[in-house]
Amino acid sequence: MGIKKRKTEEAIFKTLMVLACILVSSSLFLIIGTIVAKGLPYLNWDMVSKVPQGGFYLGKEGGVLNAIIGSLYLAGGATVLGLLISIPISVYLNIYLKKGSLLSKSAKLAYDVLFGIPSIVYGAFAFSIMVWLGVRASLLGGIIAVTLLIIPILVRTLDEVIATVPKELKHAALSLGATRWEAAKVVLKQIRPGIYTAILLAFGRGIGDVAAVLFTAGFSDNIPKYIDEPAATLPLAIFFQLGSPIPEVQGRAYASALILTIIILVIVFLSHVLATKQNKHKI
Amino acid sequence: MNIRIIKDKIIANAMLILSVASVSFVFLIGIGLYWRAAPLFEGHTLFSLFSTSEWAPSKGKFGFYPFIMGTLWVTLIAIAVALPLCLLMAIYLTEYAKPGIRKVILPLVNILAGIPPVIYGVWGIFFVVPIVREYLAPQFIEYSSGYTVLTGGVVLAVMTFPILVSIVSEVLRTIPKELKDASLSLGATKWETIKKVVLKRAFPGIMAAAVLAVSRAFGETIAVLMVCGNVPVAPTSVFDAGYPLPALIANNFGEMMSIPLYDSALMFAALLLFFIIFLFNLVSRIILNRIEYKFIS
Repeated sequence: MGIKKRKTEEAIFKTLMVLACILVSSSLFLIIGTIVAKGLPYLNWDMVSKVPQGGFYLGKEGGVLNAIIGSLYLAGGATVLGLLISIPISVYLNIYLKKGSLLSKSAKLAYDVLFGIPSIVYGAFAFSIMVWLGVRASLLGGIIAVTLLIIPILVRTLDEVIATVPKELKHAALSLGATRWEAAKVVLKQIRPGIYTAILLAFGRGIGDVAAVLFTAGFSDNIPKYIDEPAATLPLAIFFQLGSPIPEVQGRAYASALILTIIILVIVFLSHVLATKQNKHKI
Repeated sequence: MNIRIIKDKIIANAMLILSVASVSFVFLIGIGLYWRAAPLFEGHTLFSLFSTSEWAPSKGKFGFYPFIMGTLWVTLIAIAVALPLCLLMAIYLTEYAKPGIRKVILPLVNILAGIPPVIYGVWGIFFVVPIVREYLAPQFIEYSSGYTVLTGGVVLAVMTFPILVSIVSEVLRTIPKELKDASLSLGATKWETIKKVVLKRAFPGIMAAAVLAVSRAFGETIAVLMVCGNVPVAPTSVFDAGYPLPALIANNFGEMMSIPLYDSALMFAALLLFFIIFLFNLVSRIILNRIEYKFIS
């Protein structure tokens, strides 16, 4: 093949690559653009400040405050519970165990696999636990399902963050006579911004997921007061309202989608800021 | 013994138990789902569940064939759309683009990973469905509602962009520079080097990324449920509606308790998803870990 032909081939593929880049990166703007264009006309103060009133699902007064608060409770509860479980696990795997030990290797593999398990499977599994325990669809059930879903995210993220801490820090602490737990506390202090990033990631995932809460959290027009009451969630509210034939109710679905998107974008922005901070935090 | 050492020991043991418990959790999910699905196996063989098409829970007929086909169609369409695009993009970002461009684009793509599935569903309904209905389908068939396996595949493709782009670029970055330099010094153009050296070397990693993306698409529920049409008939073209397995579970969970074996059948669907995705993830993670070990450590 002549050099000219070879160069042409390269030029063609390079153009294709640029096109692929533009297409893939523009998909984000297409999604956000669609949601904003659809949702903005229906977004008003009532949407975020009121719970559904009588006849809400026929297009009458009200908002989705119940779903917003429900989602915050659910994702918040699950994140706290998830942290309580995953911080000890990642401390143990990374600080207590030697690098390359069988347990730490198989645990990391297990978490990689659990990370890939879809939320519908977690939902179904949590549901069968609930049937077994006799728990009704409630805030608690939803928190259990979402906790299962976000633990792999938390463990994997914390893992990555702890890996950025120089081994010398741990060794210095140990050599000064600290126990492993005391050394772990030093490391945990060092990765604080990273822990916040993990929290935001998990919270974002928890607040946006539908399949895990579909049969575990139930749905309610009221803001839950106790943990055993059913709770509405924002994604589910979008899903339900979208299925309505009434235009006003559909409009609220678009507005709810916009609210959810804004919450997610705020979370993404915050975690980006924190990630930059963590980089500066490096020793 | 010193109180500090006792504290350390207690904490160590507690964390060990927690870690072991969480690892065995993988199996617990499988066992739990199997336990709920088991009643279905009395009276139904695996083969009959997979190969029959009739879905009539009230008559005790559970044919999963249409749902399995629905899942396969959307997943294959998704990967067929996403893989070439993401491969080209990853090559561009790692081999051609300036670091500045990479720094802007990669975080942008990662934001996609944070967008909730239901938002993808809404986007699918208002963006992809009309395009399929108004522009694509009329070229080939007379009428389509726009709620098709193609629509589901496209939405899923966008959902798999972040995972594909980030993993493939990481795999490409592990290719030793010496290898590329050797090829370039022999007179190969940059593209020829990529085609014949880089991609060849990166092939297992790219396949692993593709398998991960497939399993992501496989289990995605709500977005697919919103745009696929949910007709329990095996699709025969990209413009047919489909009814993937996760959508089946999500759509029927409310009413399943009243009909015998219905919940077992849905749990069986969940078990099937779990099993396949578990295998896919395990294999591709092992491949990816090996690549990482070989080049980074």
